Amino acid sequence: MSAADIETPLIGGPQPVASNNDDSPLNGVTVGVVTFPGSLDDRDAVRAVRLAGGSAVQLWHGDHDLHEVDAVIIPGGFSYGDYLRAGAISRFAPLMEQIARAASGGPDALPVLGICNGFQVLTEAHLLPGSMIKNNHLHFICRDQRLRVENAETSWTSAYARDEEIVIPLKNQDGQFVADNRTLDELEGEGRVVFRYVDGNPNGSRRDIAGISNIAGNVVGLMPHPEHAVEAGFGPDSSARGEVGVRGGTDGLGIFTSVLKKLVG
Amino acid sequence: MTAETTSRKFNIDTVANAEATPGQALPWAELGLKENEYQRVEEILGRRPTGAELAMYSVMWSEHCSYKSSKVHLRQFGDKVTDAMKEHLLVGIGENAGVVDIGDGWAVTFKVESHNHPSFVEPYQGAATGVGGIVRDIISMGARPVAVMDPLRFGAIDHPDTARLVHGIVAGIGGYGNSLGLPNIGGEVVFDSVYQGNPLVNALAVGVLRHEDIRLANASGAGNRVVLFGARTGGDGIGGASVLASESFDSSKPSKRPAVQVGDPFAEKVLIECCLELFKASVVEGIQDLGAAGISCATSELASNGDGGMHVELTNVLLRDPSLTPGEILMSESQERMMAVVTPENVGAFEAIMDRWAVEYSWLGEVTGTGRLIIEWDGEKIVDVDPRTVAHEGPVYERPYSRPAWLDGVQADAFAGGQPTDLREAVLELMASPNMCSKDWVTDQYDRYVQGNTALAMPDDAGVVRVDEETGLGVAISTDANGRYSYLNPYEGARLALAEAYRNVATSGAEPLAVTDCLNFGSPEDPEVMWQFAETVRGLADACQELGVPVTGGNVSLYNQTGGVAIHPTPVVGVLGVFDDVARRTPSGWREDGQAIYLLGTTAAELDGSEWANLRGHLGGQPPALDLAAEKTLAAILVNCSRDGMIDGAHDLSEGGLAAGLSEMALRFGVGARIGLDELCERDGIDAFTALFSESQARAVVAVPRSEEVRFNDMCTARNFPTIRIGVVDTENQALDVQGYFNLPIAQLREAHEGTLPKHFG
Repeated sequence: MSAADIETPLIGGPQPVASNNDDSPLNGVTVGVVTFPGSLDDRDAVRAVRLAGGSAVQLWHGDHDLHEVDAVIIPGGFSYGDYLRAGAISRFAPLMEQIARAASGGPDALPVLGICNGFQVLTEAHLLPGSMIKNNHLHFICRDQRLRVENAETSWTSAYARDEEIVIPLKNQDGQFVADNRTLDELEGEGRVVFRYVDGNPNGSRRDIAGISNIAGNVVGLMPHPEHAVEAGFGPDSSARGEVGVRGGTDGLGIFTSVLKKLVG
Repeated sequence: MTAETTSRKFNIDTVANAEATPGQALPWAELGLKENEYQRVEEILGRRPTGAELAMYSVMWSEHCSYKSSKVHLRQFGDKVTDAMKEHLLVGIGENAGVVDIGDGWAVTFKVESHNHPSFVEPYQGAATGVGGIVRDIISMGARPVAVMDPLRFGAIDHPDTARLVHGIVAGIGGYGNSLGLPNIGGEVVFDSVYQGNPLVNALAVGVLRHEDIRLANASGAGNRVVLFGARTGGDGIGGASVLASESFDSSKPSKRPAVQVGDPFAEKVLIECCLELFKASVVEGIQDLGAAGISCATSELASNGDGGMHVELTNVLLRDPSLTPGEILMSESQERMMAVVTPENVGAFEAIMDRWAVEYSWLGEVTGTGRLIIEWDGEKIVDVDPRTVAHEGPVYERPYSRPAWLDGVQADAFAGGQPTDLREAVLELMASPNMCSKDWVTDQYDRYVQGNTALAMPDDAGVVRVDEETGLGVAISTDANGRYSYLNPYEGARLALAEAYRNVATSGAEPLAVTDCLNFGSPEDPEVMWQFAETVRGLADACQELGVPVTGGNVSLYNQTGGVAIHPTPVVGVLGVFDDVARRTPSGWREDGQAIYLLGTTAAELDGSEWANLRGHLGGQPPALDLAAEKTLAAILVNCSRDGMIDGAHDLSEGGLAAGLSEMALRFGVGARIGLDELCERDGIDAFTALFSESQARAVVAVPRSEEVRFNDMCTARNFPTIRIGVVDTENQALDVQGYFNLPIAQLREAHEGTLPKHFG
């Protein structure tokens, strides 16, 4: 089944998945967004890629073909209801095999971003170390979260400066990142802690870790949602710079422009 | 996936058996039917019903499904609708949900429903399946659900049982709604001891569709196939509509826990996507969700709304529990199920979509031209009825009602609690009180971002979502109710609830367009409760007519009482408004230094039924006076201000009055203000305490940029609407400074406002 066949109705009518700007040099770059049963923020990731200037292709979990996309986003949601462990079933999807193969092989391998449930899928698939357990306060939490970008050299963070702070929404039930101390020390030592929570750890994550990468830096996973801080009017009320107008925060856009620029450049 | 046929032999009660054994006793009373109702079933059938027929009639004729006590009153919502009010109405009352035209070929469907009784018995599952049920109503209309809201009412905040309900209900709503990918954009949280044994869990959902995508629940075209799809049928929720939702709680009776359904949000999320794909491919002729009364409701309503009959083989139903009897299968309220009618040519296309989403389905039977609903069990006839008698011709009661004798005494007992000595402490007390405190502890457990179209959510006056990404076309929704006002005067209380929701929507900048309501009351068998209900419907229908906004659908929840004690009459009113572009929505706070703060409307000494009186333990007198003409003008001003960019912030004044309004506006963006009350007090002949705590209606506070002040004043003057400048935004001093009375640092206000819920539930 082709990607076009599985396109679900989008709010606002059948939407061009291409960039808003036809002249954009990024327009030839396509980013695949995977939909699993229970994915929720897939259309939002598509929108974020488009607003960043790229083209998005919706990929179906049961497919065996990556449709020659240049990068992949595994979006947020509750794939398979998270009834077993978040991401534990999705990692067995046929498309995940393709993604795992394409993502290994060094810095120029396929860039892969896992957001929230996508991050959980990447850890279950062993593309990233560690695991996520229930938040330490046992509640779902939705809030605007300040993060520090600690590694601005991954495929998904080059648009930021090292130690730059951003504010993007956080929303999850199982967001507490855990790993053994040796793994944590390794992540720290190799500069693979990409995002760290600032102004309060929202879920008990070890060492305030919000996002990490693989050694090559092409695979990144994070719990907060950059795709919900890409469009003024529909993001957080504030950015790392302070108040920016009603729901005006767009600090997450850099994640998507990072990968597009890398692919063009 | 193909349907597996369950073939089991019960000692079943067939139609033939019913004819042969007319004297056999049936458990109609246990199933919630009254004696006269059972006799009526026998008259209709000309024989005793079979066990399966009895099961169907008992659930479909329950208060919850048949509206038998409320129907005679609810007619007013139709009778009092003018042609002008129908202008934007594509589908009105009677379908799964009303549909409203919002322009550019777009339509919106929305509805609020109750799930009160199940949520008290089993808070997590009760609240979760409340969300699930209303969302399926929205899908059934052909729409993609885009947002939910939850008006909640609990008992006293410090009662030992309240924490159980708050934790379970909030987690249930979040657990289900968050897993569906629906932003939760508003609602209410109220604490009052009258809801101790009967918490109110109302759930509103809104969906978006193109005009041509509207789907209706009917089964037409003989030979078309009838299919049940989604989750399997289990033993949960049997009798949910009848013995649980249509009776009062009574501690002497056994637990009603088995009558509560159990939700699976993942199954529902897949069902949503799968249904939208069915609609897109145009492979279903009619569709109906399975909620209260399960297959009984779906088969009888689809057949009754269609042009023929229906023939169903019940052993084709896929089961979770193979021991279920035919009657239990017909009554089960297992969640995440849908029934559809499909032409024979589309069967293949239908099955392909089911398989892609891995959704189970089973073909139950077909539409016939007989006018009868026939249900067989392994080829033996167990139901043979006219579907209209089940779905639409149930009993209708003209319940006796009478004005309570105690009401005169209550209305004569005006608030005389005196004034606080320290206004600063009074404001802090108000803003920390259970009803006025920050609800962040609740709303932070809901996803407000998913779908990327949320333009406003809590704590703004209305939830706002974008519908069309190209144009910015969108909708605003607010739900409101004030049980204390309705207790004092149910007619005025209903009108006040509508006025507040209408005002909230306009405050956000949207043009109010349509209404949905969830009427929560005690037992209709109590004439005093029935009087409250009758007065409420009359008031709401009158006010809808005066404001020109039609009721498009909703729900009635009766028997919200434990023993002899009923809840306050609580009509929850949801108003939907439309934005040509959500970019112009107005937030409920000010931010820019030096902007002028204006109060629109006039203030009288109206403290009866107020939050302040409530804090002093008083409930008496008359609720605030309502002037719907003034409400209309105020709304027009607020919408115009948004359209013409004349204001940067606006907040309606309601519970807690000006004190709450100013505090909330300051807290919204953490920006202070200098306020002067003297001119206001002089103009309206009131003192500062009254100015701050009175709950006079048709008022709002707005923040006006200096450059717009002349235009703003001219517009209010032209419309002859009173307005007065009461202060200025002050970004330097982090305080709400009411000059001559008190200076309240924002940090201190925030601490008081945000500390209450975590203290009790954190």
